[in-house]
Amino acid sequence: MERNPLQRQVAYMRRSLFDQGYLDEQFVQLEDLQDDANPNFVEEIVTLFYTDSARLIHNIEQALESRPLDFIRLDDYMHQFKGSSSSIGAKKVKNECTQFREHCSARSAEGCVRTFQQVKQEHTILRRKLETYFQLARQAGLAN
Amino acid sequence: MGMATEAQFHVLAVDDSIIDRKLIEKLLKTSSYQVTAVDSGSKALEFLGLQEAEQRNLSPPSLCPSQEMEVNLIITDYCMPGMTGYDLLRKIKESTSLKDIPVVIMSSENIPSRINRCLEEGAEDFFLKPVQLSDVNKLRPHLLKGKAREEEEEEEEEEEEEEEEEEEEEEEEEEEEEEEEEEEEEEEEEEELSSNKRKNVEESLSHDRTRARFNGLEVV
Repeated sequence: MERNPLQRQVAYMRRSLFDQGYLDEQFVQLEDLQDDANPNFVEEIVTLFYTDSARLIHNIEQALESRPLDFIRLDDYMHQFKGSSSSIGAKKVKNECTQFREHCSARSAEGCVRTFQQVKQEHTILRRKLETYFQLARQAGLAN
Repeated sequence: MGMATEAQFHVLAVDDSIIDRKLIEKLLKTSSYQVTAVDSGSKALEFLGLQEAEQRNLSPPSLCPSQEMEVNLIITDYCMPGMTGYDLLRKIKESTSLKDIPVVIMSSENIPSRINRCLEEGAEDFFLKPVQLSDVNKLRPHLLKGKAREEEEEEEEEEEEEEEEEEEEEEEEEEEEEEEEEEEEEEEEEEELSSNKRKNVEESLSHDRTRARFNGLEVV
């Protein structure tokens, strides 16, 4: 089967997302679930993740503003965030969530604030990469 | 009997995370299960209670017929606000009508004491999240066990009925036999009375050796 240049680009991009540690094996599980009945399953669940995590980010930001910090509540939000990240294979985001939770356990306000910035950063980077990836994949599919 | 030609197993999935609900739903559908996904333990009980009430009342089809509502397995997240998966598991096992439905717990945290507690409470299995297709493939034996138990109970009932019928037949036969035997005995008695004594003694000796041994005539 001959791949057109776009398809090669898509494959390359996909490969690097894994190699650079943005995605893990769970993403492959999602790809395997995609079928004729649900041809856009991966993109749908990723979109759902970004909608849902926007809500969590907002909640965490608010919680980080209250004094004293409610570490239990923060940890609870982050537990949810980490769970969803894990479910879509968002490896770096998941790891940052783990860091955050460690600071919650240590009751370190500074640690929480700092790592939360990292969580948001990875979250945004991945969203942009995946948006590009899905767009490219669609173009490559159409170009057939 | 009115059943669908291809009986599908119906799984009730319980998870407060919308992403995980979408995932588990897809995993189950890919494995050809019928799925109902709810976001809390209380909604799960509501759904199960609704199904329970229907089966009792055989209510008119304002909702789906009770056949479609039957739940063959419950898969639930452990960490949920309000009612945890463990709380839900307990409530199900405490219910006379629901306790035989197999329950599987999912959790993102690998905590052995948690896992053991759930298994002790009657959970069939415990999956670590993110749940994968290989995990869902492990559900089939639990589902078949539940189905087998149901069918066993039905079979047992049928067998009991059959046995009762057989017993009745046997009793009738026995009565007939007894009547026949009584008739025969009467005939024999008449014969004996009319035959000579020697024949009698011989018969009794050959038929009843133990008695013969104790009458002192035996030579050791």
